[in-house]
Amino acid sequence: MVTRGFSSGRKPPTDADARIPPGQYLEQGFPVLSAGPTPHVRAEEWSFTLKHGPRPIKKWNWTEFNALPLTRMTRDIHCVTAWTKFDTAWQGVLVDDILADAGIEPLSPFTLALSFDGYTTNVPTKDLTAGKAMVALLYEGKPITPDHGGPARLLVPHLYFWKSAKWLNGLQFTERDEPGFWELRGYHIYGDPWREQRYTGDP
Amino acid sequence: MSDGPAQSPWQTVTISRIEKRTPRVTSFFLEPSRPFAHRAGQHVDVRLTAPDGYQARRSYSIASAPEAGETIELAIERLDDGEVSPFFHDIAAVGDEVELRGPLGGHFIWSDSDGGPLLLVGGGSGVVPLMAMIRHRAARESAVTAALVFSARIWDEVIFRDELIDFHDRRDGFDLVLTLTREPAQRPTDYSRRVDAAVIEQSMVRLPAPPRFAFVCGSNAFVSAAAQALIDAGVPAGLIRTERYGV
Repeated sequence: MVTRGFSSGRKPPTDADARIPPGQYLEQGFPVLSAGPTPHVRAEEWSFTLKHGPRPIKKWNWTEFNALPLTRMTRDIHCVTAWTKFDTAWQGVLVDDILADAGIEPLSPFTLALSFDGYTTNVPTKDLTAGKAMVALLYEGKPITPDHGGPARLLVPHLYFWKSAKWLNGLQFTERDEPGFWELRGYHIYGDPWREQRYTGDP
Repeated sequence: MSDGPAQSPWQTVTISRIEKRTPRVTSFFLEPSRPFAHRAGQHVDVRLTAPDGYQARRSYSIASAPEAGETIELAIERLDDGEVSPFFHDIAAVGDEVELRGPLGGHFIWSDSDGGPLLLVGGGSGVVPLMAMIRHRAARESAVTAALVFSARIWDEVIFRDELIDFHDRRDGFDLVLTLTREPAQRPTDYSRRVDAAVIEQSMVRLPAPPRFAFVCGSNAFVSAAAQALIDAGVPAGLIRTERYGV
């Protein structure tokens, strides 16, 4: 349905447009979204736990975690609220390298990301491995600010950004795909921006 | 508590009324073509389509109470560098159709049956989803006590001002606290400064008990500061639900 009187005023499609998923617009700033107040987690009190169901497999403190191999990842990110931001530059520890340090292969097909504030989000394990995702520690070369999930956040850039859990403190292998915080509140169980999987029931 | 948007895909809605609220905020009343029932605090996605097929979509909070019938009120602030809000402010007319999806959102919501007391903190157009809660409370003749701390730059930018003062004057358990950041306070119980812990503390005194729910909505900077003020005033972080817009 064409909206009377609405015109985009946009230039003809460019290469950049091919990088913008359907229904998204390009944002130059970096909006902040969260369900509650911003937790201020100090690095000294930060820890990260890898779990299989309720069972902890390995726990790292800030110093131990920062001693893991650091990888650079520059990616476009896509928020379900329709903004897309190009070329966000992160450094952090690949999930692959976390598993390697724990000496394990993926233990189940699904993973739940866990946050300090109780936030959770579910991601298929294969979307976290093979270089696809990291626990980010730096944004544009600097420590990630609390607003953006510092000291450490998950980065799963190929899914809508609510999957990239802020204030991350663990990853938990689960046998079933267990809906997380937003997935229980009307958002899509998977969240592929290119298929516009925004809300429950989107194809 | 999934909201089942699969049952609410895009639908065409017709603009039935346009009402200017403040110099920068105008309310658009939309008539859905299919049954529409929402909960106070929810939002909708609006989609506009250009002749070349380009589509722009934005989320807007619903200002109307669930009891307001099928009509959906969106109070839209004009953003000069925006794409959708200038269309509404400059072009949209009664009788025009736009596409809408929703209601959406299962977190920033409150129903009378959830109970209270309720502490609401809004900055600018962040008052919109809180207004749906306040109107819902009034429509239900709810016994839940509520306080709204509403920060605006100036008196004339207090969205829904007359209606909020009217609710306050009913003395039925709803208190309005205005904080003007660029003008002197106009009512004896109001403030002329930004929301801080003291404003929150003094507003909570009006509630008979500590809040059971706290909702904070506004720009990112406002929500960051206001949520911290709530925490400093002793509101447990786990009670505070936030909704942010802007960068």
